[in-house]
Amino acid sequence: MNDLVHEEALTWIGKSDPPTEVEVTRRDIVKYAAATEQELDKFTKGDEAPPMFVAGLSREIIPIDDLGDDGLPPASLIPELPLKRVMAGGVSFRFHRSVKPGDILIFTRTLSNIVEKRGKTGPLIFITYSITCKTKNGEPVLDQEQTRILR
Amino acid sequence: MEIANLSVGQQLPTRSFRATNVSLFCYNAAIWNPHRIHYDEKYAKEVEHHPEIVIDGPLQGDWLSQTVTNWIKDRGNLLEFSYSNRRASYLGETLYAGGKITSIDRDTNVVELELYIKNEKDEVTTPGNAKVKISS
Repeated sequence: MNDLVHEEALTWIGKSDPPTEVEVTRRDIVKYAAATEQELDKFTKGDEAPPMFVAGLSREIIPIDDLGDDGLPPASLIPELPLKRVMAGGVSFRFHRSVKPGDILIFTRTLSNIVEKRGKTGPLIFITYSITCKTKNGEPVLDQEQTRILR
Repeated sequence: MEIANLSVGQQLPTRSFRATNVSLFCYNAAIWNPHRIHYDEKYAKEVEHHPEIVIDGPLQGDWLSQTVTNWIKDRGNLLEFSYSNRRASYLGETLYAGGKITSIDRDTNVVELELYIKNEKDEVTTPGNAKVKISS
């Protein structure tokens, strides 16, 4: 069933954003740990990042004037599709090593799949992104699959 | 925590979370998420047709991961973790995070967990799974 996902959209599968580099600071970890109400000292003191910290690290930071009416940066790696409302879907992580202050991480995000499904309230399009995170030295940190749901 | 003392079906400690305007502001600032549904009530209701300010899906994912990290502490490593935001949650709701052991491999010390976030109506908003390796 691909009534909504046309051929041109499917050619986007396999495309990647340019890799982004992020330097992890203790203060960033501490802020994240406070905001998420972490309980372990290693997280609240910023000695180690909570597992989900990295999920927020690859978000794009652009000038305020370039943000959309919804507050978000213009979506990258998203083909023209007839459904526009974006919801967070499922996420899966495979962890290879913990993240510590001073780590320099390289994120690469690839559009890995587009699938149309029929939900209870109408049609939905599931877009899956594969995000790999490695250190600058090439050491694997984590592999992430993220689904965005359009409705 | 010794793997010998664990059993399939054993429950993980549960914890409740109640997001506030302040906690959502801090979270969205920390991850740099400027989406207005998380802080602009008028916009969330009128433009994106939500009944209230929306609690971020990934924040619930984090709370789910804490069910695991708070349980294993320094006695193991999280190998894999997944979750799915099946139902939106809104400011004002109290959410409950918990889980249970679904399998134990005593040769590899790998334990699999089924996790949930439930709302006050006992509906699972965010199911999840994790795989941890217990230190021997």
